[in-house]
Amino acid sequence: MMKFLTSLFLGAALLAAPAHAQGQPLRIVIDEGVIEPMPFAVPDFVPDSAAAADYAREISRVISADLTGTGLFREISSDAFISRVSSFEAPVQFADWKAINAQALVTGAVNVSGNRLSVRFRIWDVFSGAELGSGLQFAGTTDGWRRMAHKVADQVYSRITGEGAYFDSRVAFVSESGPKDQRRKRLAIMDYDGANVQYLTDSSSIVLAPRFSPAGDRLLYTSYESGTPRIYVLDVNRVQRQVLPTQEGTMSFAPRFAPDGKTVLYSLAQGGNTDLWRMDISTGNSVRLTSAPSIETAPSYSPDGSRIVFESDRSGTPQLYVMPANGGEATRISFGQGRYGTPVWSPRGDLIAFTKQNKGRFHIGVMRIDGSEERLLTASFLDEGPTWSPNGRVIMFTRETQGASGQSSLYSVDISGRNLRPVRTPDGASDPSWSPLQN
Amino acid sequence: MNILGKITALGALTLIAACSNNDPSSWGDGSGTGTGIGGSTLAPGSVSDPRSPAYFQQAVGDRVLFAVDQSTLSPEAQSTLQAQAQWLMANPDYSATIEGHADEQGTREYNLALGARRANAAREYLISRGVAGSRLTTVSYGKERPIEICSDESCYTKNRRAVTVLTGATTG
Repeated sequence: MMKFLTSLFLGAALLAAPAHAQGQPLRIVIDEGVIEPMPFAVPDFVPDSAAAADYAREISRVISADLTGTGLFREISSDAFISRVSSFEAPVQFADWKAINAQALVTGAVNVSGNRLSVRFRIWDVFSGAELGSGLQFAGTTDGWRRMAHKVADQVYSRITGEGAYFDSRVAFVSESGPKDQRRKRLAIMDYDGANVQYLTDSSSIVLAPRFSPAGDRLLYTSYESGTPRIYVLDVNRVQRQVLPTQEGTMSFAPRFAPDGKTVLYSLAQGGNTDLWRMDISTGNSVRLTSAPSIETAPSYSPDGSRIVFESDRSGTPQLYVMPANGGEATRISFGQGRYGTPVWSPRGDLIAFTKQNKGRFHIGVMRIDGSEERLLTASFLDEGPTWSPNGRVIMFTRETQGASGQSSLYSVDISGRNLRPVRTPDGASDPSWSPLQN
Repeated sequence: MNILGKITALGALTLIAACSNNDPSSWGDGSGTGTGIGGSTLAPGSVSDPRSPAYFQQAVGDRVLFAVDQSTLSPEAQSTLQAQAQWLMANPDYSATIEGHADEQGTREYNLALGARRANAAREYLISRGVAGSRLTTVSYGKERPIEICSDESCYTKNRRAVTVLTGATTG
């Protein structure tokens, strides 16, 4: 029952491109300036049968929600449409779409045969009358329809922005319920947009901070299952977990995969002192990377695996440091006012996201890897624990509200600081980890 | 042992425990989830029986408090731990797990490490007063198990704590 989308075999095929006029490519350049969202239209995809009708409509809605959710696009309501698209192959009436100021148009068709579903689509630059890129077809099983919608939306987003895709991805998180002093936590996974929530553990023990493997097939997390914090590896598809070996009388937590997926960085607390260690998962052999009386925790590898950014209070307050992957001399990179924690290296390698605490407020921010150009993206009573979208453009994090009835929930924000949005979850939620793009 | 010193320390501690008892959320909410976490569970036995876990929890005082970001033991914390050590040595059937906690200011993982520091500070003090280290384990809950749930210093000060939870002996 916990098989995730293993029945979905996505096939992509190029559609023969129709003749079209040449024009300036449709393009959104994402920079720090204010962006006027690009108006687009996604008329309901054309179903080939009554069985395909619901899928066709829902797929169109998911594509539209993905694009609108970026803050870079604005959907034109179907109420305004002049043309009806009743055939995928019929010529597009560009004048009708220009008249309602749709700059981008996505047309498509959905075929259903038994439990097989295929989606064909084309992306049009309305004002030049040109097709943007080539038409594509995705095929799979009907239960994977949302993934196919996300894949179409990824194509639209990538072709128009020139950025990497991120909609066909998942988020692991901690689902929370109950009052603040007896919070029940369980590990969960969902699509990036909050759909298809599945629980991976029960709430009998506290679980914390899942982290995806580079291939997205496993999660590392910390659990109190044995009575003391220990690190577990969970196979996401089989929902089978394995505890990592540890030393007697210690606590291990804050695990992160190395880019090779074979080694794990983590914190080990021994005699009250917390340092960073690295473990080979297959052998269980551990190497100590830091050796200081201060707290060293929250490590994160650079995407090339050569360096580690982490949090340490060796200066007296928690700050961010970068050191070589094998340990050795660390360089402090955070110098602003306040306390810094939970650094996470961007998948592009150019930025480090972090949590900052200053004057009683929490912020999610980004800085260059040398600590320059610090930029705070959010501010609230308690924001923490950033995780990067697969394309390094969006950050998801935990926001907790104040007071006795305080609740945690997930939010996302662009690295420009725009488009702060709640991520819908069934209960309270914390500690998101964004998966890589699915295959 | 200095009897007079012990009595004075216990007197002060009883006062602290009594203050805590004024707050109904501090002790035993009866929901029965998660035993042994942060003193949210009432220890067994009668508080009038000096050999009972209830006496240890409420009369001796099972917890010490810390300043923001700190794990150093205040004079009050030291006298509480001194009394805990005396009780533990007089009741050798018991072992104890010292749970370290932090307030909600601070990130989850840093607070786990901070709670470990606090639990260890209490453990080291108990050892220095004669309790065998083999009887004392530690665990940190970071900011996962606040005992007070408001978001200001009146609650935070009670959440930054190390709680000595007795284990090992059965009581009748």
